[in-house]
Amino acid sequence: MLLNASGCLDALTAPDVARSLDAFVTKTITPEPRGGNAPVRIAETASGMLNAIGLANPGRDAFLTETLPRLRELGIPIWVSVGGFSAAEYAETCAALEDVAAIELNLSCPNVDEAPESAAAIVAACRAATTLPLYAKLSPAAWDIAEGARAVEAAGADGLSLVNTLRGLALDPRTLRPVLARGTGGYSGPALKPVALAAVYACAAAVEIPIVGMGGVASGGDALELIAAGAGAVALGTILFSDPFAPSRVRSELAAEAAARGFAEPLAARGVSQTSLQISVSKMGNSVQKVPGNGPKVTA
Amino acid sequence: MRRERRRVVAAEPVGPYTLLRVDRGGLDTGVPGQFFMLEAPGRVLPRPMSVCLAPAGELAFLIDAVGPGTRALCALEPGDELAVLGPLGNGFDLDVRRPLLVGGGIGIAPLPFLSERLGRPPAIVGFRSEWHAEAAALLPGAEVCLEPTYVTELLPDEAHDVLACGPEPMLEALRGLVPDAQLAWEAPMACGYGACYGCAVELDGELKRLCVEGPVLRAAA
Repeated sequence: MLLNASGCLDALTAPDVARSLDAFVTKTITPEPRGGNAPVRIAETASGMLNAIGLANPGRDAFLTETLPRLRELGIPIWVSVGGFSAAEYAETCAALEDVAAIELNLSCPNVDEAPESAAAIVAACRAATTLPLYAKLSPAAWDIAEGARAVEAAGADGLSLVNTLRGLALDPRTLRPVLARGTGGYSGPALKPVALAAVYACAAAVEIPIVGMGGVASGGDALELIAAGAGAVALGTILFSDPFAPSRVRSELAAEAAARGFAEPLAARGVSQTSLQISVSKMGNSVQKVPGNGPKVTA
Repeated sequence: MRRERRRVVAAEPVGPYTLLRVDRGGLDTGVPGQFFMLEAPGRVLPRPMSVCLAPAGELAFLIDAVGPGTRALCALEPGDELAVLGPLGNGFDLDVRRPLLVGGGIGIAPLPFLSERLGRPPAIVGFRSEWHAEAAALLPGAEVCLEPTYVTELLPDEAHDVLACGPEPMLEALRGLVPDAQLAWEAPMACGYGACYGCAVELDGELKRLCVEGPVLRAAA
């Protein structure tokens, strides 16, 4: 299953891109409208990009009455990303949502000042407010992300979204001042892939609930790696900015990459990185022994 | 919105700028003032460039090498390929009675295509130096001024429909002088099609996406 990462696509301005996904994830909705941060909001870096959009969104009421009805007309499953500044705020939005495929709790936006309560407390409050599937989106900037994953699972989360961006800073080389008006931003793009892989790898071993993997996916091979680390679905983020046609390309590359490795379908590779590769040690030893001359003597 | 891998026909120096000509393939030229996202080799994000000229079978973009992405674009050679996405955004409204084109610096970029579509109306363009002013060759017949003279000092007294592109201080000055002017603005963009919310500008007291609402906006907006 292929999704977009929250905040990386507006389905109403680019409906065809949204329809090329298996589900559309909205930008994060907060109780009150937010204009977002002042420009400059984005900066490219050597191996990724920073963004400090600041959860720009029309607010819960306008989303429910204006945006969501139009999103439903797209005819694809809608995941609503929910944000807030207290567990009660998250829970109120969850309670107001009906007939959507899932709710993703944004527990980890690096671009707002207000520190939320603990992820588990927010998940518990939302669990009490809705029966819809709840995905907890966690930050990779945790000392032990598996511990956080276990906590939100115990609090009632139905799945994990891994990972959000990492906080980063870009300086203008001439002025040596921050490029972004906010100073720091969320770091995404190719550089985030190993971070996402590590988080999915650790959490898949720690919890039973499904994982949506995201972070630096630009190709079917990248998606297959996240699946191999333990993800059951993959989301595209920064690559959508440079290529709105990436979903269909990644989907066909993923099928080909999985088939090339003998998997009947991509999800057959799910979690294979957690198991060790079967290699015949004796054969390797034998081949080394055949090396003539003064090379190292190796015995199997 | 189409995205195609296109081949570079030529990368020609024009003063300090580079006119990057690519073969058009199945891409539409769009309306003057619209833009394309050009894949910048080796970079994570593409770069937004308005159409400078649209000769048969080609799209040409005037690029100022100011950073790593634009430098990579200017270093392209004939035969190289790059992904081109577009046309994007809202171009100039061509339904004008007495057009006057006004440009400053690299802001001259969309004016040659615009001039062609409007039947070569009068134009005033300003530059920092004689070297930069070599780009005025792309706009035959234009009145050219060099700093410290500004284009706003050369505006004729009689009313015109001003269509302009240039640095922000120039556009801000025009906004004050000509309330119904059409101004083409610029902002850092990651996507160009409304996905990233990076190109926010303040319009009517609200932050809106320049790629969706613009890049050409009415001065009074």
